[in-house]
Amino acid sequence: MTVSIDGGMTETVHGSRITWAMVDTWVVAKRHLLHLVHRPDELLGTLMIPVMAVAMFGFVFGEAFGVAMDVPGAEYREFLLPGLFALTMAFGIGNTTISVAEDVRGGVLDRMRSLPMSPVAVLAGRALADVILAVVELSILLALGTLFGWQAHLGLGGVIAALGLLVLLRMAFSWVGILLGLLVSGPEAAMKYFALVFPLAMVADTIVPTDLMPGWLALPAEWNPLSSTVIATRELFGNTAGPATTWVGEHALTMAVLWPVAIIAVCLPLAMARLRRLGR
Amino acid sequence: MITDEPAIWTQGLRKSYPGRGAALDGIDLAVPAGTVHGLLGPNGAGKTTTVRILATLASFDSGQAWVAGRNVARDRAGVRARIGIAGQYAAVDGVLSGRQNLEMFARLYRMRAREARARADELLERFDLVEAAGRPVRGYSGGMRRRLDLAVSLIRSPRVLFLDEPTTGLDPRSRLEVWDAVRELADSGTTVLLTTQYLEEADRLCSRITMVDRGRVVAEGTPAELKSSVGGRDLDEAFLLITEGA
Ligand SMILES: Nc1ncnc2c1ncn2[C@@H]1O[C@H](COP(=O)(O)OP(=O)(O)OP(=O)(O)O)[C@@H](O)[C@H]1O
Ligand SMILES: [Mg+2]
Repeated sequence: MTVSIDGGMTETVHGSRITWAMVDTWVVAKRHLLHLVHRPDELLGTLMIPVMAVAMFGFVFGEAFGVAMDVPGAEYREFLLPGLFALTMAFGIGNTTISVAEDVRGGVLDRMRSLPMSPVAVLAGRALADVILAVVELSILLALGTLFGWQAHLGLGGVIAALGLLVLLRMAFSWVGILLGLLVSGPEAAMKYFALVFPLAMVADTIVPTDLMPGWLALPAEWNPLSSTVIATRELFGNTAGPATTWVGEHALTMAVLWPVAIIAVCLPLAMARLRRLGR
Repeated sequence: MITDEPAIWTQGLRKSYPGRGAALDGIDLAVPAGTVHGLLGPNGAGKTTTVRILATLASFDSGQAWVAGRNVARDRAGVRARIGIAGQYAAVDGVLSGRQNLEMFARLYRMRAREARARADELLERFDLVEAAGRPVRGYSGGMRRRLDLAVSLIRSPRVLFLDEPTTGLDPRSRLEVWDAVRELADSGTTVLLTTQYLEEADRLCSRITMVDRGRVVAEGTPAELKSSVGGRDLDEAFLLITEGA
């Protein structure tokens, strides 16, 4: 075949693949953030979950849990807040899954697949938007927690490290949500599966310490990725926590990095493979 | 630049979906550069499948496919840089405004921010969407949405444009506007592959037509040739006779 000399863009565009992947990812992320600007009620609804969680668990159940744990309510809230930070990260999976399923259904994903853009950016844009949203959510939660008397005791460095771990966890959950969004039959199904996020968020060291759970629950709870992040952030915030008695508890900081990295390492390639197969 | 080689060329294109018979059972196409080519056929004939394969959105089982001088199976990026697609499936973002859609897709076509803004302005103007530019696309009428869809597919002045039922559901006036846009594109050298349910549309726009039925090509020629081949008076009759006889 004759090769036409039309100066096709793939050849004329300069810069490396990685640079372009980052630019494309940002453009796609901006799209998702613009959605929130266009639909502020949705943003408000999203932020409602953590706010309600603090209010409900902190005050409605707080005293009772405090009694069960043999600590005053205020001290329970100290224990609780890092748990709620991580729980909020987990609840984000729902929005991610629904939004990706909508893009499959609506044809936006097909449009993007037909563009000469970086294929990974089609999905990574969503993950980046989620991370940015997580930072906003965490800022609100920190402010709210402080209002309720929660404190970080080990200085700014600890706070930043803890927030880093939480954001990393959100990024991992974002890739889980992206993969699920590509697998479900549509946004309706995504909404129905949302209940699955409850065991993920609660069978963990988030709201109730694992040693108060029945034995058969304690084991999955210990190994729940959320637990590692929660224990690690409690340490970094200097918040009350019992002495770590399990292997995972003792290595919480390491596990809080390893878990999300492993989740991304599994879900990202699977999601990309699924994206390629969408057209089959 | 226009060469003698066809802008779209396929041979023996086959595809089947798991658990179903063949959706495409050997499609041969040769579309000269700078022409409007029609793909006609009853529901389920395989028109959308063909378009999706040529636009790199779907894979195929066997056969060959070249678009704008690029091998569809081996050089997806090369094909993607040279095509535009609008119609049944590829869509715009309903939440964003028309302008935001155009700017976003222009950025994803690797334009710089300023270039993208300028191109968005140009296309909004050309498709009569200036007034609606700031409104969410969800609130657009069917015709406005289709015009935006077309505008998005033209951002990078594609060499080959795929239009899958571009006027389905449009009122006569909007349909005429889309037809004008297609003619203008063809005049400026773009190759257009168009599927349609409206035979009048094919008759008016297409220099050649390929009729498909159950994944096979059943007739090929100019509208006039197809009409005379069955001794019919119009394309509707030709369509019915050819697809029934297949
Ligand atoms: N994703 C899919 N999975 C399974 N079968 C499919 C899929 N897409 C299309 N088909 C089948 O392939 C065949 C061709 O479909 P296609 O959509 O290409 O037809 P079409 O000519 O575009 O029809 P229409 O005029 O209704 O748009 C049909 O039998 C259809 O059922
Ligand atoms: Mg179709």
